[in-house]
Amino acid sequence: MLIRFFTLVFLVLAFTATSFAQGADPKSLFDQLADANFNAAEKLVADIAATGDPRVVPALEAFASGDLYFRKADKAVFVGKEQGSELALTDPVTAEAAGEVAKGAVTKIRVNNNLRRAIRAALGGLTLMSPDRSARLSAADAILRSPSAEALELVEAALAQETDAEVKARMEEARAVSLLSSDRSIDEKRAAIETIAGLGAGGLGVLNSVAGTIDPSLKPDLDKAIASIQNAQQLWNLAQNVWYGMSLGSVLLLAAIGLAITFGVMGIINMAHGEMVMLGAYSTFMVQQVIRDNAPGLFDWSLAIALPVAFLVTGAVGFVIERGVIRFLYGRPLETLLATWGVSLILQQAIRTIFGPTNQEVGNPSWMSGSFPLGGMTITYNRMWIIVFSLTIFFALLFVMKKTAYGLNMRAVTQNRRMASSMGIRTPWVDALTFALGSGIAGIAGVALSQIDNVSPNLGQSYIIDSFMVVVFGGVGNLWGTLVGALSLGILNKFLEPSVGAVLGKILVLVLIILFIQKRPRGLFALKGRAVEA
Amino acid sequence: MISGFILRALEGRIVIAVGILLAVAIIVPALNLLTSPDSALHIPTYAMALMGKYLCYALLALALDLVWGYCGILSLGHGAFFALGGYAMGMYLMRQIGSRGTYGNPDLPDFMVFLNWKELPWFWYGFDMFPFAMAMVLIVPGLLAFVFGWFAFRSRVNGVYLSIITQAMTYALMLAFFRNDMGFGGNNGLTDFKDILGFQVQAGGTRAVLFALSAIMLALCLIVASAITRSKFGKVLVGVRDAESRVRFLGFRVENIKLFTFVVSAMFAGIAGALFVPQVGIINPGEFAPANSIEVVVWTAVGGRGTLIGPIIGAILVNAGKSYFTGAFPEFWLFALGGLFIAVTLFLPKGIVGTIQHGWNARKALKSAADAEKGRDAGAAPVTQQAQAAE
Repeated sequence: MLIRFFTLVFLVLAFTATSFAQGADPKSLFDQLADANFNAAEKLVADIAATGDPRVVPALEAFASGDLYFRKADKAVFVGKEQGSELALTDPVTAEAAGEVAKGAVTKIRVNNNLRRAIRAALGGLTLMSPDRSARLSAADAILRSPSAEALELVEAALAQETDAEVKARMEEARAVSLLSSDRSIDEKRAAIETIAGLGAGGLGVLNSVAGTIDPSLKPDLDKAIASIQNAQQLWNLAQNVWYGMSLGSVLLLAAIGLAITFGVMGIINMAHGEMVMLGAYSTFMVQQVIRDNAPGLFDWSLAIALPVAFLVTGAVGFVIERGVIRFLYGRPLETLLATWGVSLILQQAIRTIFGPTNQEVGNPSWMSGSFPLGGMTITYNRMWIIVFSLTIFFALLFVMKKTAYGLNMRAVTQNRRMASSMGIRTPWVDALTFALGSGIAGIAGVALSQIDNVSPNLGQSYIIDSFMVVVFGGVGNLWGTLVGALSLGILNKFLEPSVGAVLGKILVLVLIILFIQKRPRGLFALKGRAVEA
Repeated sequence: MISGFILRALEGRIVIAVGILLAVAIIVPALNLLTSPDSALHIPTYAMALMGKYLCYALLALALDLVWGYCGILSLGHGAFFALGGYAMGMYLMRQIGSRGTYGNPDLPDFMVFLNWKELPWFWYGFDMFPFAMAMVLIVPGLLAFVFGWFAFRSRVNGVYLSIITQAMTYALMLAFFRNDMGFGGNNGLTDFKDILGFQVQAGGTRAVLFALSAIMLALCLIVASAITRSKFGKVLVGVRDAESRVRFLGFRVENIKLFTFVVSAMFAGIAGALFVPQVGIINPGEFAPANSIEVVVWTAVGGRGTLIGPIIGAILVNAGKSYFTGAFPEFWLFALGGLFIAVTLFLPKGIVGTIQHGWNARKALKSAADAEKGRDAGAAPVTQQAQAAE
């Protein structure tokens, strides 16, 4: 802030040393502050601002924060800055150093809230004229935040000179909010209310604050404006909730999508699924470690590099698990549950032994951090990319399942193993590859989740139950069901959260799923069949 | 009729197991209380508390065996019934603290005073009375199992789906009990117990009695479980496990059979929890963790499901192993447990007791076949068939 003011002062000195020579000399106006009471001071501040000299800005700032002093000897006014027991004085206009004095030699010029408000408005007016675009913008914002009738003329003066479209629009808004508390005509105020109605949440405070004092003939317009803002706000809130819900849903989708293959398609209750996600996250961590040590310039690409690495690592682990354990257990689904739970314990402990139990630091590449506003809501880049990413994976997987020869084999084997085998499909090989694919996708999910969650050996545990819920809710054996299930559970969760709190919301969702399973034991999109049971 | 029911339960193996349990119920406390600490036969109090804990776990595993081994319902939420029984007991013990708590409030447990609660929530009423609390130990888990099972079994949710929603149930309960607003002490749970029925919880005598009670309750529940499984009802139960639709087509109400077994099993688990809490001295929401319930499944699987005795042996063996490993090689416990999961499912699908039984039956069958060849009457054959049907 201060630096900006000093550059500003410097710029102004360089360019327009004489163009502000209208009105009184600011130095003498400052000196008059020494004798002024609060009311007189308020007028003096307005006069100082009216000189339009940007050099007075730091001094006015100092005044507002109570750092303006006058020397007892000659009643000259200075800005004082404490240095030990002494005060370093500077000239209020030229900012030249004027030596150091003992505290007793000067008197502080007192300020009260009225005066502070006047100073703020004056400063707003002064910076509105600044040649620096961003300074003008922030000055308009300042007025928008704390509008006052005094600022109106300053804004209007600034508006007349303004050429930049964005700044001009902002100033129009600032003018509208200032106008409401001024004594302008009804028609002008009516127009101002309309302008403010377009402002959204920021305008609501202004409208509410004048609601009591405004001319009765404007009351209907005011109420209408307030209602329209509130409506818009509700819509944005709704949109924001949907967005948060989609974001949560995409995380659920990411976590569940691998399980939709291993559990949904193959029928293996894969309790080690969460650990595959965790392995994917640790692969990301390892890739980033290597990049940090060897090629820091590639850091923004670390996630892109981690994706195939995680896919291969977890896919390979999945392949080994299928060949080593699961292939002996086909047809005994409840026992795969036990065996894979055992695998998950071993994987967790292995990671804990190698990397330690603490969270590992996984960095966000620059394109994943930050946020941008969209209308009345804020969208963070990492959430947005995760939504895009999860949908991409989903459709890629759908493509593999429905359009490739391998996908055809896979579906054939899961639908009728013996028939598929008779047709010459190597069913054990397809099983192993399918499990590896599901695990690999869980690993890819881990890359994305490492960006928003703590990378610790327990990472997988927190997703496993949610993942099962999503798959069961959506309907086993149906990828679309998983998509719809994940998004609807995510959105439902986020809509419950504001009214009942996060934990209770989650509990309610679980209870709802349990009840839902009673109604449709095979999930949202059940595969149609006529068998009584397997 | 009742006596016939009980008598039928007392098959050879069960008699031996009950006998051992009753002997343990007398000998261990006696060795703890009556021998001097220097004696070679002395059992230290901590060891007795540990064994008491194992016995509670054994009861929990027995409860799971009843539904999983005999009815084919793999419940991944039995820890919830255990914890609810434990909480009912814990609430009684909390009310017994009275004004001896840190804040000295005669009615409110410390954590409620801490949360600025002014009066006891309605669901805490009555827990100052021991009989009421003991009734709740049975009723709360039983009621939850009844409501849950009522819905689940009527809609014919079974197999994997049932396992997963039972897991969701215990997970939801865990989240709920972690909340402070629930009125069950939140994260910290219930602890700092002082006395039970006027006896100090920490005192050696009380601990000995609790241990003996655990062994006796386990023996009782074993008799009840054996009576159920060896009755005609038990045969239908096994039928439901092996061919549910056929049993349904024969005219049995499968959902009622399942519901009854599920509720009885939940009550067993509740009793186990209630005995567990005073011996361990704390109950917190961690007991609801889905991982705990899955661990119970392993105890049962290791011992041998569908054998009643197997789960008891499995629970004691695995937990003794856990105590040893976490002390000696803390790093390796999860490796060992995970390896055990895999090894049992791959190489020992019938569990320890099941495998031994199988081998024994096979030998007997061989012998009787040999006898038959020699022209003698094969008297053992019907027994063999029966034993195989029970597997």
